[in-house]
Amino acid sequence: MLIFWIIAGWVGLALLPWYGVEDFLTFSWLAEGWPLDPDLAPAAVLVAKGEKLWLAPLLLALAAPLMVLGRAKSDPVHARILIAAGGFGFAWLVAQGLGIGLRGFTAPWLEALFGPLGERQFGMGYGALLTASAFLFLFTQGIAARGAVGGDVFVAGAIGGVIAVVAIFVFFPIARMLMAAFVSDEGRLSIGVFAAKVTDGRIWGLGCLSGGRCGAAWNSLGLAVLVGVLTTALGLAFALVLTRSGFRHKRSLRALTVLPIITPPFVIGLAIILLFGLSGAVTTGVADILGIRPTRWVYGLPGVLIAQVLAFTPIAFLVLIGVVEGVSPSMEEAAQTLRASRWQTFRTVSLPLMRPGLANAFLLGFIESMADFGNPLVLGGNFDVLSTEIFFAIVGAQYDQSRAAILAMVLLGFTLGAFYLQRFWLGRKSYTTVTGKGDAGVHPAMPKGLAVPVHVVVALWSAFTLVIYGMILYGSVVRLWGVDNSLTLKHYVTAFSLAWGEGGLRWTGSAWDSFWTTMLIASAAAPLTAAIGLITAYLLTRQDFAGKKSFEFGTMLSFAIPGTVIGVAYIMAFNVPPIEITGTGLILVISFIFRNMPVGVRAGIASMSQLDRSLDESSLTLGANSWQTFRAVILPLLRPAILAALVYSFVRAMTAISAVIFLVSARYDMATSYIIGRVENNDYGLAIAYSTALIFVMLAAVGLLQLLVGRTRIGRRTSFGQGH
Amino acid sequence: MHAINAKAASVRFQGVTKVYGRDVVAVNQIDLEVAAGTLVTLLGPSGCGKTTTLRMIAGLEMATKGRILIGDRDVTALPATDRDVSMVFQSYALFPHMTVMENVSYGLKFSGFAKAETRERALAGLGLVGLDGYGGRLPSELSGGQQQRVAVARALVLEPQVLLFDEPLSNLDAKLRRQVREEIREIQQKLGLTVVYVTHDQEEALAVSDRIVVMRNAAIAQIGSPRDLYEAPADAFVADFIGEANLIGVEIIAVAGEIAEIAIAGYRHRLAARGLTPGPAQLAVRPSRLRLVRGADGDGVAAEVAKATYVGNRMEYTLVAPFGTLFAVSDDVVTPYRPGEAVTISFAASGPVLIPAG
Repeated sequence: MLIFWIIAGWVGLALLPWYGVEDFLTFSWLAEGWPLDPDLAPAAVLVAKGEKLWLAPLLLALAAPLMVLGRAKSDPVHARILIAAGGFGFAWLVAQGLGIGLRGFTAPWLEALFGPLGERQFGMGYGALLTASAFLFLFTQGIAARGAVGGDVFVAGAIGGVIAVVAIFVFFPIARMLMAAFVSDEGRLSIGVFAAKVTDGRIWGLGCLSGGRCGAAWNSLGLAVLVGVLTTALGLAFALVLTRSGFRHKRSLRALTVLPIITPPFVIGLAIILLFGLSGAVTTGVADILGIRPTRWVYGLPGVLIAQVLAFTPIAFLVLIGVVEGVSPSMEEAAQTLRASRWQTFRTVSLPLMRPGLANAFLLGFIESMADFGNPLVLGGNFDVLSTEIFFAIVGAQYDQSRAAILAMVLLGFTLGAFYLQRFWLGRKSYTTVTGKGDAGVHPAMPKGLAVPVHVVVALWSAFTLVIYGMILYGSVVRLWGVDNSLTLKHYVTAFSLAWGEGGLRWTGSAWDSFWTTMLIASAAAPLTAAIGLITAYLLTRQDFAGKKSFEFGTMLSFAIPGTVIGVAYIMAFNVPPIEITGTGLILVISFIFRNMPVGVRAGIASMSQLDRSLDESSLTLGANSWQTFRAVILPLLRPAILAALVYSFVRAMTAISAVIFLVSARYDMATSYIIGRVENNDYGLAIAYSTALIFVMLAAVGLLQLLVGRTRIGRRTSFGQGH
Repeated sequence: MHAINAKAASVRFQGVTKVYGRDVVAVNQIDLEVAAGTLVTLLGPSGCGKTTTLRMIAGLEMATKGRILIGDRDVTALPATDRDVSMVFQSYALFPHMTVMENVSYGLKFSGFAKAETRERALAGLGLVGLDGYGGRLPSELSGGQQQRVAVARALVLEPQVLLFDEPLSNLDAKLRRQVREEIREIQQKLGLTVVYVTHDQEEALAVSDRIVVMRNAAIAQIGSPRDLYEAPADAFVADFIGEANLIGVEIIAVAGEIAEIAIAGYRHRLAARGLTPGPAQLAVRPSRLRLVRGADGDGVAAEVAKATYVGNRMEYTLVAPFGTLFAVSDDVVTPYRPGEAVTISFAASGPVLIPAG
């Protein structure tokens, strides 16, 4: 490993172009003047030519580890050299990147100290990336050699890697963005401006108690709590029907619960308007029967609530199904033999053991609702919430960056509060139920008193979901909704036509470009998201290290920040060196990874906290290292969590809108932003048709992933056969 | 068929301390030596640090201070993976998603054996624990005793320098416990393994061990062979923990050479002084080493039978003597003493030992 990273570092420093190169992966730069052209040259060549001399210390820092090669790992000098060289190299790389930009020094005090700098530099490229990784992992190997985290190189490297990427792609942009909160209109730093804006009545007003309008903060909070409770309850109901009842059509029920997440958020909002809007089918129908005028009742809290519960119940379900299945049947059997009735067993054993799942599901629902942007935008009416306020603060006529930043801080406060409440509620109890012993029990059926209401709720909600999707499907084949209700396929043809022309198949439909971009970016982001999420979950549940609390906080942070804020923050942070990736596909992939990673983390934590530690420990004492243990023991037992993470991140990458709308470019347009564009042009038919097509594509993808990941056989008997 | 050989090595602790958090001392300044090819038991009440000690040998916990050596190699800073040690867990920790065969092959796979040899060794391991033909099953399809054996086989096939057992029998029923513990001992002796074994059951410890390390409050109370510990406990704690003992406060009147003369409620008795000097001391007497004679006027201490219990192969008595209650057993089940009856207690020639006063 050590030699690998030393070589990688030198490749990055002496072979690859140091600065960003367009179309790096086509390797056309090899023929365009590399290695001497200043834009394409490796750092070592630049320094040798006497240019960009501030890169020279990196060469020294990377030469130092060569001295380590002959030494034993237990030699303290070994560790010291690696820590010093890796630490200095990484720090210097970051410092020069931040300190020297497009116009020489980036801060006045640097110029005052060193005098003006004639040269300038662009965003870092693959050479810099590889060298930075090498420095980072040399540093973590040094730390491990000194005995940190049990001397485990994999764990030390994983911690270092996750901290580095989270710092660069979450903290750095957010910090740049929050700095804006203290900047007055004239561009000066000011606490007064901050204080005035933070206590604004439009954020904290309580007018709704006396018939007026409440501040966005209270609206968001109330909505999020309602959504969290409702989605958790519904998710639990679905999970219970699937695992603890004799219900016949479990597969179709499972598919039904997955439907809403594979739907662009915009579309559910649209369907709800078609049903409950001023001229919606249900509203006008009820008004006719009762003989009253139809109203705009759905706009505001009711509409947003319905849409969000529809959209986020499946997330709660995906989290809960793993936990509900994971409760060891022998615990429930033990309770029954202790003379607990089925209801008492459920209340005193099953439900408490599901607590980590319930808490996680609530937390996800709460945060999702806080961060949701599409539904409040479509259905909010006068019901202001923080996420849309942030959007309007930035894109609206106000263009008030500091107000946006302050709203973001309020939002962050709420989500962090929920996070700590959850930890408090879970407390220090153990919820481990899968032990190293084989478990041969069966889950008991739900008690009667519970089964009836649960089945009723599930049936009603399923019916409602079906109606919503019926509306979407119908809407996509109607010529012009509400005006000309004749059936047509022309929207699909416009979007997805193919033609045979010169050079074979031609993608003539207007949607193909954005469609393939979306597919590419979603399939690049999903495995990366799942991987980094599960590794983080593994570190959090299985390893002890200093600063673990802040580590957990850091990895969850991006989830608590609405996409709009992430979008704006990314644009502000990554438009200029040292990392210049605005307008590329990479920035979209990265934003998806860090937006969706917390779901992988939470799903992983929930499942992993049910795996007994002695499983890992026995693997370690059998000679597997921690990476092999992770791969051979933990991963296979985590398949439900992996599936959840993969599905969720793929689907979110295809349906997300809030961050995307800031980050797309002409070359990398995403499906959702294209659809929004159609909606703005009142081209509802095409928009809905495109969305419908996306839904089917994602259905296929989910099925495929389910096949690929498969199920792990751990030999539990089940009392409910597969539908015979 | 591959035969399993031992590469048994010794284990040495030099001044090892383990502190959790800031100030929770789990193990305090322990020096310990486990000779190669022996079975050493760590025995003690829960919370005494025995499991922590075991986990430090495995590399699952890192020593805060001191050195740990396996063979001649300093492994203090080595993680579990890099130590040639395997462990059988209290919960067995069988991987539920792997078959028995996969479980047993698991460690071999990571030790770089070829496929064919991995299989051969795994089969040999299963054979050794009497589970031929069970390779295709899942752990959940085995009984507790069978799961336990799979766990043992999984650890054995690696031919570790040291094999660790963490309360391996606590999940088994009494009859099986005796059987499995004999099997473990047999395999250990046959293969010449170095085994460190943790238990809180003193009978189990006496039955399987070459040497026993009795631990108390994060420190070692006494190390010795089972017979040493039973017959010559260093203090009241060891005497009481290893096989019940009656602890009687006595007065040493005189010491002549190796022999001390003691007085208990007026009765005089001579026994080994074990380095004690005249003054107060304690006498530890196993229940089986109390001699009972009917009637209050024999040579000894008068007492009264408070409770008499018939347990099949012997009688158990609770006696009230001037210095407190005593627990005694007697092989005479034909003419037992009845509650309320007066007896005279004396001490067997070997067995009772003097230990320092509380």
